[in-house]
Amino acid sequence: MLPMLTAIAIIVDGLGFSAWLFLSSVGLTLIYGVMRILNIAHGGFYALGAYSAAWSIGLYSQTGSTIALTFLLIPVAALVAGVVSGLLIERGILRFMYGKDEILMVLVTYAIFLVLEDVTKLIWGTDSYVAYQPAFYFGSIDVLGIPYTVYRFIVIGVAAVVGAALWWALNYTRSGKLLMVVIEDREVSASLGINVTLFFTVTFVVGAVLGAFGGAVAAPEISVTPGIGAEIIVLAFAVIVIGGMGSVGGAMIGAIIVGFARAFSVHVYPPAELFSIYLVMAVVLAFRPYGLFALAEGRKI
Amino acid sequence: MKNALRKILVGSALGAVALSVPLAAQAQEPVKVGVINFYSGGASGPFGIPAKNAAEVIIEGINAGTIPAPYNSVGIAGARIEPIYVDENSKQKVADFKKLVQGDGAQIVIGYTSSGSCKAIAPVAEEVKALTIFAVCGTPQIFEEVVTEPKYAFRTISHATSDNVGAARYIIDTTPDLASISGINQNYAWGQDSWRDFSAAISKLKEDVEVKTEQFPKIFAGQYGSEISALLTNKSDVVHSSLWGGDMEAFILQGGGRGLFDNSKVVLTVGDTAVERFGKQIADGTVIGARGPYGLLAPDNALNKWFTEAYVARFGAQPVGPSYQTAQALLALKAAADKAGSVAPEDISAALAGLTFEAPSGTIQMALAGGHQAIAGITYGTYKFDEAVGKGTLVDLKEYPAECVNPPAGVKGTEWIEGGLQGAKCN
Repeated sequence: MLPMLTAIAIIVDGLGFSAWLFLSSVGLTLIYGVMRILNIAHGGFYALGAYSAAWSIGLYSQTGSTIALTFLLIPVAALVAGVVSGLLIERGILRFMYGKDEILMVLVTYAIFLVLEDVTKLIWGTDSYVAYQPAFYFGSIDVLGIPYTVYRFIVIGVAAVVGAALWWALNYTRSGKLLMVVIEDREVSASLGINVTLFFTVTFVVGAVLGAFGGAVAAPEISVTPGIGAEIIVLAFAVIVIGGMGSVGGAMIGAIIVGFARAFSVHVYPPAELFSIYLVMAVVLAFRPYGLFALAEGRKI
Repeated sequence: MKNALRKILVGSALGAVALSVPLAAQAQEPVKVGVINFYSGGASGPFGIPAKNAAEVIIEGINAGTIPAPYNSVGIAGARIEPIYVDENSKQKVADFKKLVQGDGAQIVIGYTSSGSCKAIAPVAEEVKALTIFAVCGTPQIFEEVVTEPKYAFRTISHATSDNVGAARYIIDTTPDLASISGINQNYAWGQDSWRDFSAAISKLKEDVEVKTEQFPKIFAGQYGSEISALLTNKSDVVHSSLWGGDMEAFILQGGGRGLFDNSKVVLTVGDTAVERFGKQIADGTVIGARGPYGLLAPDNALNKWFTEAYVARFGAQPVGPSYQTAQALLALKAAADKAGSVAPEDISAALAGLTFEAPSGTIQMALAGGHQAIAGITYGTYKFDEAVGKGTLVDLKEYPAECVNPPAGVKGTEWIEGGLQGAKCN
């Protein structure tokens, strides 16, 4: 039986880590669900978002104006970074590759990821960026005597809102319903007059913005350094594989499972921290090889 | 016609000049030195780039003969250094090394930051008989396990044992009521060795110190929320961490935001790289190390003064640990070559083994592993934010001599600690 304090700490830490995981991986699952592209370049979007947020917060803070406005800079930085890079990559490269083998697309996006890594280094150099101002702005609150930053709870709230908004947009809007048709069958929806290309472009840009947003939200609590994109891609992949690739709800469940596995292990048996993530992944895949909420594969004749 | 004649005249005059230069230099052909470090990836900011900057400053100083005594002669044994920079951030380090030595003709190789790289390269350096001076990497295993009788491989920085024995001594000296410790270290050789040495040294230096929790997050994890909660719920007097670079900076931010640094005395064995930029974000009372007397903890001597000024003038930032460590390796090369009066790698090797030389960090002795492994003293200090100048400073500096924190020759680091640090000379 766990002591109460440890149990509460596991819940709060687990939620906090899950929220960050969800924000960092939902864009990956969205793009896969619609386009059937396992977008390794997602890590590049994450890094672009983190750098642009940290950089702009740093510049803004030097002006001495109120820190509260940095909370606006985070989504704006992610939006700019995601839209610009997402559009360039989709219009400039990926659209010439549609219909190609899924494996080939992995290689293509991996190449794009490597290019993005170097682009971030060209723009921001190799020094680390820290933009702690938003993370410290609201201070901390005690949960049973353990201080947690308020920022962490804000991130949890934001993750819940993003998840709910995506769910609503996919299920209750006209575009969302059309998108579901595109996911079900690309050719039939094209013949019905749906502009599939447009849906692809928009999905990719939204996915890129979400990836950048994950990085931008994380930026105030971390040191933004070269290589952070490569770290996130492995974790994000684990999350969406557990949840079922292509499912937004699955990404949320996957994030919660991984987040709680790590928090549990850190508090109860620290040496197994890294192992725990892959243990739950193995267990889930042993029983459900396509993840918990795998999209139904449409039968093609 | 007149013009054509002039062209020929000028041309032949230039030709004569061009010919005479290589003739004069032929006696002293430049020595190709491979300089390897992380010029890309997560370790480039805190390690690779400051190391490369230092290499540029020192090599330029050596070639121009502008470094203070005893290095005020031009070149190494009179020969200029021609650097070849190679990125350590590669999946095929051994192939890169062989290409550098056998393809590009580097006579001497200097550098390497990752303990993994050094473990992989040391046997290859012996195999291809290439003089290799490890500059930054820390694991004690290189000469204790991997290559036990080195001929071509050297390391001019003390190994990680001294970092953590030094940290343990500093903690014992400054924390009279020490009753419990915890650790947060990365889950690979560096982090595991560091924590093992620190916790073992504490247990030998003081009885009944309880270990509360040992955290081992993955390298580059970046998110330490759960670990910090665990460190807060298992409150201990001292928290030891060998996190470096971005991981260490993230830990300072996340732990600082939650009062961990006020709750426990945190010792950051590689914390020096954060001091200049973090200011108030580092809590007063945090113990900071630099893996030796480097950076802010470097002594006040003529070499250090010259090095710091040249570095700041060129790059606009203070040199950090890896800068000093790289400078140290290059100066070891110059000291050995000058002593040998030759740039032949065998002559340099013979002169470098067992050498005592001066560096911006003080006097370095090549004392262990048959004269191939350096020992140096180590200094720790306590962070204090100076409101008056708006900058972080280190106070309560304590300097531990080399023989106080390094095992005697022939004894492995872990065995030395487990045996109760026999033969340590601390005064």
